[in-house]
Amino acid sequence: MRLVGEAELEDIAVGAAILGTGGGGDPYIGKLLAQEAVRRHGPVEMVEVDEVPDDAFVVPSAMMGAPTVMVEKLPRGTEVIRAFEALGNYVGRRPTHTTSIEAGGLNSTTPFVVAAQLGIPLVDADGMGRAFPEIQMIIATMHGVNATPMTLADEKGNSAVIDTIDNSWTERLARTLTVDFGATSMIALYPMTGKQLKAGAFVPGTISLAEELGRLVRETRAAHGDPVAAVVERMNARRLFAGKIVDVARRTEAGWAKAEAQIAGTGDDSGSSLVLQIQNEHLVAIRDGEVVCSVPDLIVVMDAENGGPITTEELRYGLRVIVIGAPCVPAWRTDEGLAIVGPRYFGYDIDFVPVEERFPA
Amino acid sequence: MRIGVDVGGTNTDAVLVDGSSVVTAAKTPTTADVTSGIVTALRTLVDTSDVAVEQVQAVMIGTTHFTNAVVETRRLAPTGVVRLGLPATEALPPMVGWPEPLRQALGGHVHLCHGGHEFDGRTIAPLDRDELRRAAADLAANGVTTVAISSVFSPVNAAAEQEAAGVLAEELPTAAISLSHEIGRIGLLERENATIMNACLRDLARHIVAAFRAALVEIGIDAPVYLSQNDGTLMAVDYAERYPVATFASGPTNSMRGAAFLSDLKDCAVVDIGGTTSDVGILQHGFPREASIAVEIGGVRTNFRMPDVLSLGIGGGSHVNGSEVGPQSVGYELTSQALVFGGETLTATDLAVAAGLADIGDPARVAGLEPGAALARIEERIAETVDRMKTSADAIPVVVVGGGSILLGDSLPGASELVKPEHFAVANAIGAAIAQVGGEVDKVVALEGTTREAALEQAKAEAIEKAVAAGAEPDAVHVVDVEDVPITYLPGNATRVRVKAVGQLDLGRFGVATRG
Repeated sequence: MRLVGEAELEDIAVGAAILGTGGGGDPYIGKLLAQEAVRRHGPVEMVEVDEVPDDAFVVPSAMMGAPTVMVEKLPRGTEVIRAFEALGNYVGRRPTHTTSIEAGGLNSTTPFVVAAQLGIPLVDADGMGRAFPEIQMIIATMHGVNATPMTLADEKGNSAVIDTIDNSWTERLARTLTVDFGATSMIALYPMTGKQLKAGAFVPGTISLAEELGRLVRETRAAHGDPVAAVVERMNARRLFAGKIVDVARRTEAGWAKAEAQIAGTGDDSGSSLVLQIQNEHLVAIRDGEVVCSVPDLIVVMDAENGGPITTEELRYGLRVIVIGAPCVPAWRTDEGLAIVGPRYFGYDIDFVPVEERFPA
Repeated sequence: MRIGVDVGGTNTDAVLVDGSSVVTAAKTPTTADVTSGIVTALRTLVDTSDVAVEQVQAVMIGTTHFTNAVVETRRLAPTGVVRLGLPATEALPPMVGWPEPLRQALGGHVHLCHGGHEFDGRTIAPLDRDELRRAAADLAANGVTTVAISSVFSPVNAAAEQEAAGVLAEELPTAAISLSHEIGRIGLLERENATIMNACLRDLARHIVAAFRAALVEIGIDAPVYLSQNDGTLMAVDYAERYPVATFASGPTNSMRGAAFLSDLKDCAVVDIGGTTSDVGILQHGFPREASIAVEIGGVRTNFRMPDVLSLGIGGGSHVNGSEVGPQSVGYELTSQALVFGGETLTATDLAVAAGLADIGDPARVAGLEPGAALARIEERIAETVDRMKTSADAIPVVVVGGGSILLGDSLPGASELVKPEHFAVANAIGAAIAQVGGEVDKVVALEGTTREAALEQAKAEAIEKAVAAGAEPDAVHVVDVEDVPITYLPGNATRVRVKAVGQLDLGRFGVATRG
């Protein structure tokens, strides 16, 4: 167990944006919300996965909604209390811990707002070791943990419980409710026992990893070192490409922010080009027509000048970037995992090949 | 006949422009009181031309006063902040994330009240007039005379801000009130921050505007005065008194617009090489491309319409060390420190003189210098910066302005042509002189019951109407920028629309005031 305060949250926000592979929401609002909550309610108690008792009732928390709306209608902050109460009432038990659903700018820090206000510990973990766009894309799905009962709450005091037959209904109902709430909601979902959590339903240590990555970037930058190299080493990643973004084509398809970014190589990569395919997160990297990295491995785009992670919204012509590929957590590389988040699920007719097999050290 | 003035940190530049030609130009050091520097520059213009002061139809001024006041935390008024959004937004109150000294300078008079709208126009909560009266009473008790009001989704529906302003005005009849929907775009914190900055500058704005008017009276010019805004358009001074924040970052905009005017190019890159830095921007349809990301001013996050400018630490005063140039610079001491001016420091200007690119100072003092490698490095780094700013991979024309233009030869890699126009050293003041007036609309539109085309047409009409209201010739206003971005996640019926319209300032309508 350790306490996490404002300073740690600076690093966590940066590291989570690295793990967020371009998605996961606006890191600035996420960081401010968590820091303000900690300022008001004191530092958050963060526990390791194996410190959680078997009979604990762990409820992950997150924000759901349209990014454009989230920067305008900011949360009240107490929505989450209602979401947790509603879930507790429905299940007949008060949540004892919260944790993070995904690593990413907004939702890695949202559970800190929850933990600070409710005065419950936060488990150092997340549901996927990165960020993914759909609700069922979480390792717990493979462990038979359902997304529901799930609760949603708004700032006015409304809350809703949904209990569904499968996660496509969960996705559908949660979206409808969220739009009615004003296109943002605070959600509590994937309730589980400490025993389920410890059996591998969640990825241990993700928040600490995010903090470590954020600290590496900050300290290496201050020492005039190479932050990208430091991150590559820590993640056992591969430097895939260095270049300049020459085109970003965006489109909205069935409610998803899809895009394709083209990067022209510089330095050792001169004469080559890399294409990034994007749906909320970076999904596939293709170099000169050949796939060099794909989901579920992590494709991270970093600013060539300062090593900071770049979200998909920030991609624009002229940015000098370094693209790295990092191994995902092993559970995603199983047949079961690939069925949920492999390249074919996203419509790419390619086999998944681990990035470290493509590029042996 | 128009006069353009640029009050910079180092120099005050002024130009007299007749139609599309520059009659005369002047450059004098900026003074601490600002006014006397402007008077000197204007007097030089009058003395070096045979133009009578009565012929001046308008004076356009670009100034960095207001940006500097915030950055230096000087002369800021205690400011009230009223946000309408409860029960939402409480988790992040106004001025969250502001640097402490700036926050303290404004007094921290923050009130969160009920109100605001959803993205689709529904109300979050009705206004509570008693709550607003209590806030007003508290502000009055604290001696606050300027107030910023923000409301959730006010760019979509401004009613809450307007109604709240009415209530506050009843209780605080002499207070200056700034409304966020008139100042910023979607993004509550950033828009609110800009509105607060606007509010805290309004006292200063009254003083500065009075000083500008006094300077003109002293010279005997009796013509309307305009200030340049960061989007390259003008605002009348009485408008500037209410929206001082709109002057932020007008400097780079003016130099780019001036470059467009001097070179007769509307789509190009502009490199403004000063004493310490080179600023590179892109002109699209004659206007600077705006930055799409948040801009910090004095440590506060805003979403102003700032020109997208990339600065490089290379200028005429840059120190030279082997083939490396800058970022250290002798700055305004160039004329005493550079070798060609008898000093002891090797500067970029010395390289240009040694290479025969410029004939200033004493060339004998740099004879024997081998400037090739360092000048090649300067060219390479400027070309690299231009390349980063380009919107396509094609070669584009590049216009070079500013006193440091001498550092470049007559071509640049990646440029289809390199243009060094006449009067390049006073491009800023020219940019101010030729500025147009504009109107802008930025809002989220629900497309249910209408079409995208109809929504865009309506937004265009509103933008044109705003431009005319700001003083544009009604027949010559045209839409220069239309952007609509579907809001993801929502079921496909909401879109964010931004339209900008500009036109020539209608000198006839506002008339040349007669002296009396």
